[in-house]
Amino acid sequence: MRKYIVSIIFIFSVLICWSSTPDLSSHEDSTSHNAKQSEEFNAGQMIIDHIIDNHEWHIATVGHTHISIPLPIILLDNGKLVMFCSSKFEHGHASYKGYKLEIERNADKGKIVKVTPGTMVTDTTAGKPLDFSITKTVAGIFVSVIIMLIIFFSVARSYKRNAGHAPKGLQSLLEPLILFIRDDIAIPSIGKHYYKYMPFLLTTFFFIFLSNLIGLIPIFPGGANVTGNIAVTLVLALFTFVIILIKANKNYWLHIFNAPGIPWWLKFPLPLIPIIELAGMFIKPFVLMVRLFANITAGHIIVLGFVSLIFIFGQMNTGLAYGVSPVSVFFSLFISLLELLVAFIQAYVFTILSALYFGMATEEHEHTESH
Amino acid sequence: MELVTPGIGLIFWMTVAFGLLLFILGKFVWPPVMNALKEREIAIEQSLHQAEAARREMETLQFTNEKLLKEAKEERDALMRDARKVREKLIEDARERATVEADRILESARERIQHEKMAAITDLKNQVANLSVEIAEKLIREELSDSVRSKHFVDKSLGEINLN
Repeated sequence: MRKYIVSIIFIFSVLICWSSTPDLSSHEDSTSHNAKQSEEFNAGQMIIDHIIDNHEWHIATVGHTHISIPLPIILLDNGKLVMFCSSKFEHGHASYKGYKLEIERNADKGKIVKVTPGTMVTDTTAGKPLDFSITKTVAGIFVSVIIMLIIFFSVARSYKRNAGHAPKGLQSLLEPLILFIRDDIAIPSIGKHYYKYMPFLLTTFFFIFLSNLIGLIPIFPGGANVTGNIAVTLVLALFTFVIILIKANKNYWLHIFNAPGIPWWLKFPLPLIPIIELAGMFIKPFVLMVRLFANITAGHIIVLGFVSLIFIFGQMNTGLAYGVSPVSVFFSLFISLLELLVAFIQAYVFTILSALYFGMATEEHEHTESH
Repeated sequence: MELVTPGIGLIFWMTVAFGLLLFILGKFVWPPVMNALKEREIAIEQSLHQAEAARREMETLQFTNEKLLKEAKEERDALMRDARKVREKLIEDARERATVEADRILESARERIQHEKMAAITDLKNQVANLSVEIAEKLIREELSDSVRSKHFVDKSLGEINLN
């Protein structure tokens, strides 16, 4: 299956990138260019480079040759759609069609900016184009989505073929999780109307869980920091938020704007409780977003930090690096195993909190006063 | 800051990709999976109920069987007792009848014997009488051949006859 997905990604890249460069483009860094800078190891910079988004999927660097998969750049610049392959930028050393990849360490690092035509100088007067590129994270999302589609279509098929019998293979691996989401998340949190929320809860849980796991695999097609990207968690939380807004009944709105059982002077003239409740409405999805993002990012930072230790000590003394490496590897391994647990727990937490919020939004009160 | 600033492109692609995933899975995968799970659970529950019912039925059946067995045993015992009684009675009757028959046979034999005896005695009497007559005849003839003696005899006999 891995081979299948890899080939899909390759075909995808080939189709979008109509550049003459091969898929696995290699670029020789001119040794005279920033030779000293590349020798210095900056742990913080390395870690940030690993966890933020990128316009190419970097696989390895051998000597001064970067092996990476170029990804398509799609820009929306003043209503004009510009598409080309990220290999045109030559890892930030060249401009193309009046754009370049910012590699200077400033606020725009890693972003696509306009240049004054014919030079490599950033045109600070021009606005930045809207970047709709298929970045590494977007490609990672696609990998997760494709793997999920393959897995769950096969599972759905085996449910149809195997109707009324004990589960088999992949189906029996996933059935406990599906039942867990239904029986331990959806039914206790939402109640008898759980059924219509099941597709969202199941999809969210498996998307987060799978993306977390793929994020732990250090090599292609894993390694994209999907759930550790704030835009991804933002969208997931927004989905939850929108569903709450659509499904909320009048009890929910009543509780926000005129919560029963609260003394009147807390609502008038200064609507203290309504303000808090209204803020809570937005804080809930915000916290969902931050929790997932922070947990996954923190895990990646710790693992990368332990690996960085080897190189930090290596700059002082080679022997020291060898001495430190077993400890570093051990701790990285330990944190990675912990991350396996976190991958599940965060998917679980996101799903159960979403389910709880849905339950709160659709709760039926027989006795409004009792609450 | 890059780390906590969501990019517009990523938000767009994530919304598209996740929305599509949600739509496709929600349309083609989750309903059959959920239905299959529910159907299987219902089937399992029904099977359990059926098994329970079958077990209960078996229990009642066993109880009935035991009762039947007990009844059959009792009936057999009663039958045996009756049969024994009947047999004894039969034997008794047979014995009685045999005794009566034997008695009757004995009686008739005795009667016949008596009868035969009487016949034999009569016959014997007749024969003795005949013989006596013959002997007497012979004797008389013998005696009469000797006239003296016959005279003597007739005298003597006449003398003996007491004329009343």
